[in-house]
Amino acid sequence: MAKNKKSSRQLEKFRATFFEECADRLGELEDILDALNDADKNTQAEMLDALFRSVHSIKGGAGAFDFITIVDLSQALEAALDHVRAGKVSLSKNVIGIIIEGRDLLAETVESEKSGKIIDTDKVLQLSEELSSLGNVMGPKTPTGTGPDVSKRPDTELPPTELKHYSIKFKPTARLFEAANDPLLLIRELRELGSLKTSIDTRQLPPLTKLNPLESYLMWTFELAGNMSVDDIKEVFEFVDDACALRIEQVDSDSNEGNNDNGDLTQTNTSEPSKAAPSSSPPTPAQPPTTVAKNVQPPATTSTAQKITSVRVDLDRIDTLVNMVGELVITQAMMEQYAAADNHLEADGFQRGVETMSSHMRDLQDSVMAVRMQPVKTVFSRMPRLARELSRKLGKKVNLVLKGEDTEVDKTIIELLADPLTHMIRNSLDHGIELPDVRTSAGKPAEAEIVLSADQRSGRIIIEVVDDGAGINRDRVFSKAVEQGIVAPDAALKPDEIDDLIFAPGFSTAEEVTDVSGRGVGMDVVRRSVQDLGGRVSVTSTPGQGAKFLMALPLTLAVMDGMIVKVGREKFILPLAIIIESLQPSKGEVETVMDRGRLIKHRGEFVPLISLATLFNDHSGISDPSEGLVVFVETGLGNILGLIVDKLLGQNQVVIKSLEENFLRIEGVSAATILGDGRVALILDVDGIENMVLPGRGLMPKNRRANLLQNEVSL
Amino acid sequence: MDKRVLIVDDSVTMRDMVTYTLSNAGFTVFEADDGLNALDVLQNKSVDLVITDINMPRLDGIGLIQKIRKTEAHAFLPILCLTTETASDTKSDAKTAGATGWLAKPFDPETLVRAAMKVCL
Amino acid sequence: MISNTDQSTQSPTPSSNLPDVIDADTGNTEFQFITFSIGSEDYGVDILAVREIIAWSSVTHLPNTKDYVRGVINLRGSILPVFDLRCRFGMGLTEATGTHVIIIVTVKGRLIGILADSVSQILMINESEISGVPESGLLVDQEYLGGFATSDTRMVALLDVECLFDPNILIESIEEARSAEMKVEESENSETEAPR
Repeated sequence: MAKNKKSSRQLEKFRATFFEECADRLGELEDILDALNDADKNTQAEMLDALFRSVHSIKGGAGAFDFITIVDLSQALEAALDHVRAGKVSLSKNVIGIIIEGRDLLAETVESEKSGKIIDTDKVLQLSEELSSLGNVMGPKTPTGTGPDVSKRPDTELPPTELKHYSIKFKPTARLFEAANDPLLLIRELRELGSLKTSIDTRQLPPLTKLNPLESYLMWTFELAGNMSVDDIKEVFEFVDDACALRIEQVDSDSNEGNNDNGDLTQTNTSEPSKAAPSSSPPTPAQPPTTVAKNVQPPATTSTAQKITSVRVDLDRIDTLVNMVGELVITQAMMEQYAAADNHLEADGFQRGVETMSSHMRDLQDSVMAVRMQPVKTVFSRMPRLARELSRKLGKKVNLVLKGEDTEVDKTIIELLADPLTHMIRNSLDHGIELPDVRTSAGKPAEAEIVLSADQRSGRIIIEVVDDGAGINRDRVFSKAVEQGIVAPDAALKPDEIDDLIFAPGFSTAEEVTDVSGRGVGMDVVRRSVQDLGGRVSVTSTPGQGAKFLMALPLTLAVMDGMIVKVGREKFILPLAIIIESLQPSKGEVETVMDRGRLIKHRGEFVPLISLATLFNDHSGISDPSEGLVVFVETGLGNILGLIVDKLLGQNQVVIKSLEENFLRIEGVSAATILGDGRVALILDVDGIENMVLPGRGLMPKNRRANLLQNEVSL
Repeated sequence: MDKRVLIVDDSVTMRDMVTYTLSNAGFTVFEADDGLNALDVLQNKSVDLVITDINMPRLDGIGLIQKIRKTEAHAFLPILCLTTETASDTKSDAKTAGATGWLAKPFDPETLVRAAMKVCL
Repeated sequence: MISNTDQSTQSPTPSSNLPDVIDADTGNTEFQFITFSIGSEDYGVDILAVREIIAWSSVTHLPNTKDYVRGVINLRGSILPVFDLRCRFGMGLTEATGTHVIIIVTVKGRLIGILADSVSQILMINESEISGVPESGLLVDQEYLGGFATSDTRMVALLDVECLFDPNILIESIEEARSAEMKVEESENSETEAPR
């Protein structure tokens, strides 16, 4: 047993793989279980098979690591599934519910095992029994942790010291060869048990011309001496015990003294069997069996087109790769600079080289970043389930629709998305969606709809949660805010500002701190998490009609195409993706409105002008748009701003570096980068800038606001 | 040693463990995640031993064994079944289909190597 | 108002953030400081906190921060802030040239740079030689002072870097600066009224 333990420890390195696989499978199980009820009979049968296989795999893996509770629970779940698919239990909603519970508990148990937490074995036992009672199956089987003895050779820890002699008669049938078993190998194994003398009986062997290669004509007699038991010997023949005639007898050691070398006696020439039995062709790679007429060795290059091969890679490795590529980009930018500065003739070739490198760099970068991208589907797919459960608990009817699930997002963002999404949907369900009868009396369909969508826009990921509920109850929100001391009772807030209060720190009440891992639930947490990701979240609401949560997140976290602009003493970076255009307006094109600042008309709409020089308190910069340049950008929420800069300095790919690592988050700045000259340039956060100068503006729907401005200006 | 093994199992954990164990023992290991893919591999590579799980999508272990045995080139290819069932019907199904032997899951590495060597060395 | 280190009353009690170096002979704890000068004043920083010392190079200004936050620099790929100590002590902005130094220190896992005139020496100071900070009398904020020591008749003010650049203070500074900006913007806008 000690030996076994040691080698099992070698496999411990696969624990991580196991847990990963479990995560995948548990997710798969969830998805299938979700759709199980609504599927037609045929699809259901397939689904049940898939469910069974997944649970079975989890069981198998768990057994390898001795996770006994997981094995037991998955065994019970597996058995229940088996009974359902065999038709012994009908697939009612109730049954599905229990199976879902089983899956959930299994997920919990796996998680506990993974993080070393204590497993609630009572819960497991209880649920296992419930599952078992579904088909009147016997209770959970005893853990298969140690595995059946069949293929294990009993340890020879305490070998009996006496020498035993056995006489073994062995006659294989044709069946044995058909299963690719080989007497030669069996004999080799016997030899390992002790000293072996072999004799062969070839009396039944016909002449070559009459020989049927698929028949068995030979019989062996073995004299085996050693301290093994009958069981040991039987084990050698375990695979073929029904494909041969086998007789093992223990004899006294009189007839055969000299248990010395096997090779001596002419009868025991171990090469004989292969010579005498050409019908059994040992499966060697080079020679096809003699019975085969044609050579079936196709060229190695053919491959089936449909296979999708994939590789699992540690996220750490990808991060390292991304960082290295990032450093390359910086170095390459430096080189470009030097190349441009040098006027020597040789520099020409050098410059071309640098340009080529730069285009390669772009490609490399795209590929590397693409590796980290994953469709949001992975996190979206958990939501319908959540919605169903919650709506059941709350007695509401809701249909969660998913859109744009194939939109790809950086893997790190995906994992951090789950919580905010959950909170937003929960919020919708808790507060927005009305009870069915309330809805019908309001002329709405009893079943509410929540649309969860993802889209890529202007270099960002836009995720929306739109519901057709009652919208935000502004009175209630306001009074709650007053209660919490967030606003003064006499504060005059615009409707959108009241809506935004739900994100205020401290707004969430105790009743909202529910079961989500005991963590604080609330929209303030959502806003903070989204901001930490470098994104923004907001809500717009129409009373009686519904509410929309909008989350804007950066597309990637590491590198970005930027436009370098000069403002006073410093250079700043604007994300290229959000730039619409830039121009130098004439004096007459700039309008000034009281308390709204300066505006300029852009494609039919009035757009606010913001002087970055003023904002950043650098009076050496240009703040008069007609002397500088106006860069029109689009914010994450769809608004357009006109940023006044001194001039454009050119496009560049920039590596995004954190400012918060050693300093702090600064409003209006999303990160920093290192330019080709080694200096730091700040990357501007236009959403932040908008917020700084025009707080609250971002919350108004674009159209309404544009009209508002239009009306005002034409006064 | 130039023995080549094909491990067929839809569990990546299982495949990883088997590959690791057998590679360390000197085998060259190929992987397939279900019966159909296994057949593809067998078409393109010569293999000395197949170790297969029973429960797999598209083409399960039993089906795979049957198909392999039907192919002339592989009629005598040793096939070991990985089974978690202590139930005898799976074993006998496997046997009937033509499996050379079986290996119980969970296995310890030694047993796996021994079983592999037992049937193809 | 942030007060961190316990202000000593009678007996000399150096800041708890100072390192301990047990002097085998005397059994007293010894401290090591790097001393640097700002104008005519000498200051010391715990040597264990100092990462490196580099020459002044131009910084990238950070908008809407207190004036003693000069900006950020690139130190081999890391972006870290540089604080003007002279300015921090209310003695005006340093006119930095290539002869000035930036002392890179670690504070709570972050790297920050301190702009100083020049670095003097490494001081070994015995615990008993450090005098505490008197409660009243000094006009400047005292939270960052860990004590005083004498070296060749000169007085060295020992700094507790962690308190010197507390993030909380800096955040305040951003908000203050921002409201100042808003006023400027508003006044600017009201000045430039375009003809209707």
